[in-house]
Amino acid sequence: MGKLLRRYLQNPAALLGGVLLLVIIAVALIAPLVFPRDPLSLAGRPLQWPMANPHFWFGTDASGRDIAAQIFYGARVSLLIGLVATSIAIAIGIVIGALAGFYGGYVDEALMRVTEAFQTLPNFLLLLVLVAVFGSDITTVTIAIGFVSWPAPARLTRAEFLTLRNREFVQACRVLGMGDRQIIFREILPNALPPVIVYASVVMAVAILLESALAFLNLSDPNVASWGNLIGSGRGVLRTQWYVSAIPGFAILMTVLAVSLVGQGLNDALNPRLRRTIT
Amino acid sequence: MNILLLALRRLAASLPTLLIILAGLFLLLQLAPGDTVDALMAQIGGGDPATAKELRHYYGLDISALSQLARYFLRLIEFDLGQSAIYGKPVASVIAERLPVTLLLMSTSLCLAFAGGTALGILAARNIDRWPDTLISTVGLIFYSTPSFWFGLMGIVLFAITFGWLPAGGFEEVGSGLTGLARVIDIAHHLVLPVVTLALIFLATYLRIMRASMLEVRGLDFVRTARAKGLGETAIVIRHALRNALLPMVTLVGLQAGTMLGGSVVVESVFALPGLGRLAYESVVQRDLNTLLGIVFVSALLVIAVNFIVDLVYGQLDPRIAAGR
Repeated sequence: MGKLLRRYLQNPAALLGGVLLLVIIAVALIAPLVFPRDPLSLAGRPLQWPMANPHFWFGTDASGRDIAAQIFYGARVSLLIGLVATSIAIAIGIVIGALAGFYGGYVDEALMRVTEAFQTLPNFLLLLVLVAVFGSDITTVTIAIGFVSWPAPARLTRAEFLTLRNREFVQACRVLGMGDRQIIFREILPNALPPVIVYASVVMAVAILLESALAFLNLSDPNVASWGNLIGSGRGVLRTQWYVSAIPGFAILMTVLAVSLVGQGLNDALNPRLRRTIT
Repeated sequence: MNILLLALRRLAASLPTLLIILAGLFLLLQLAPGDTVDALMAQIGGGDPATAKELRHYYGLDISALSQLARYFLRLIEFDLGQSAIYGKPVASVIAERLPVTLLLMSTSLCLAFAGGTALGILAARNIDRWPDTLISTVGLIFYSTPSFWFGLMGIVLFAITFGWLPAGGFEEVGSGLTGLARVIDIAHHLVLPVVTLALIFLATYLRIMRASMLEVRGLDFVRTARAKGLGETAIVIRHALRNALLPMVTLVGLQAGTMLGGSVVVESVFALPGLGRLAYESVVQRDLNTLLGIVFVSALLVIAVNFIVDLVYGQLDPRIAAGR
C-alpha cells in the first residue's frame, strides 16, 4: 500500500488531479459555511458581472441568484450524483459480471446478451427514456444514470473472473467445501476488484457529464443547484452575459478532469510496467 | 466473400440483442403511469368510462400485456412505429425527415475525430515523453473532460457573437431560397460549429487509442525489418505501422457509435439543428413516448448497422480475419 502511494505521488499529473479533487471536495463541504442561505434564493440585482459587486465573486444570474453560491453547492450535487450513480453502476456490473464469468455457459450467454443490448442502445437516449417515464427528481435521475452505466464494469469484472476462476486458490476453496457464493464474493472478487475500482473513475467522470447534460436540457431536477441547470439558465443571456454559462462549465471541466487524472494515476500506480505504453 | 459471410453472421447474432431491447422498452412503457388513452382523455377534457373502454379496444390496450407485446413486434417488423402524438403523423415519417441531418452531423464529426485522432496520435507516439506528446495528451484530456454543450456555447460566444464568422445555430438560412452549390456551402457554413463541437469530445479518445496502438506496433519485428531495409521513418509509419495500428481505431468506431448518437442529442439542441436528437429531446419534453421509443429503436438499428460496416472494414484492413474462419 505504501509503495502504491509512493508511486502515485511520484506522478505529477496524478498529484495534480488528487489536489484538484481535494479542493473540489473541500468546496463541497464548506458550501453551507460560506453561503448559509439557499443558493437558489434571490440574492441581489440580476446579471451583475463578476466582481462588479464585491459581495458576488462570480456575479449574479438572470434571476438574481448568486452564481458563486450555486457553484459551491453545485459541487455537492455533482460529486454526490457521481458517487452514488457510480456505486450503483459498479454494484450491478460486479454482480452481473461475476455471475457471467464464474458460471460461464448459458448463464454467461444470457447475461452477455443483455449487456450487449444495453451497449447497443445509446446510453444518453436510454437515460432520456427513463426520465420521460419516471420523472426527473434528483433520486430518479441518479438511479437512472447508474442504471445506464453498468455494462462496461460488468464486462471488465467478467474478464477478470474468467482469468481467475480456474486458479489454484479457487480449486482449493472447492476442495474445502466452500459454497459458490462464498467463493465468488469472498475469494475471487477481492482479487478481481482493483481494475474495476480504477475503472470506476471513468464511470464517475461520465456520470457527472451525463447529469450536467441532462440538467442543461432542463430535464434534471430544477430544485437543486446543479451546474448543468445554471449553464442552461445562462443560455438565454449568452449574447451579452456569457459568464453565467462559462463559470459553471469550467467547474464541470475541472471536476471531470480531476476524477480522470486520479483514475489514470491509480491505473499507472497499479500497473507500473504498462505506464510506458498505455497512459 | 468470406468476410461478408462473417459480418452477416455477426449481424444475425445481433438479432436477439434487438429483441431484448424491444421487449425491455415495451416493459418500460408498461411501467409508465397512465396509457395513451389516459393521455387522450385528458386532452379532450375527460369523458365517461364507456368511451375510455371503446378507445382502449381501438388501440388494442384491452388485451393482456403479452399479446400486446406480440402485436408490437409484428408492427415493428412492418416498420410501423405508431402515431406521433405531437406531430400528428406516423412516427416513421417524422423520423425519416430528421434522420439525414443527424447522419450528416455524425458522419462528418466521426471523420474529423478519426482523422485528427490518427494524426495527433501518430505525432504523440513519435515524440513520446517529449513536449509534443505531453501537450497533445494534456489537450486531449481537457477536451475529454469538457461537457460538449458547454463547448458549443463557448464556440457560439467566440465565433458567432464576438467575431461574427459563423452562424450561431440552424441548419441553413431559412427562406434564403438558395439552391445547388450555394445551398451546400450555406449548410456547410452552419455545420462547422456543431461538427467541431461533437468531434472534439471524441478526438481525445481516438488520439489516446492511436497513440497506444502506435507505440505497441512500433516495437514489433516487422517494423524493425522495415527499418533494416533502409526505409524512411515516414514510409514505415504510413505504409507499415499505420495499417496495423488502425485496427483498434476501427473497433472504437463501432463501440462509440451509440455514444456519438447520444452526444448529437445535446449538440443538436445547442445549435437548434432539426435532427433526430432534437426530436428525441422534444418528445421527452412533450411526453410523446411513441416517438421516443421509435427513435430509440431506429438508433439501435443504426448502431447495429455501423457495427456491420465496421466488421466489413476490419476484414479489409486485416486479411487474417477473413481467412481465419
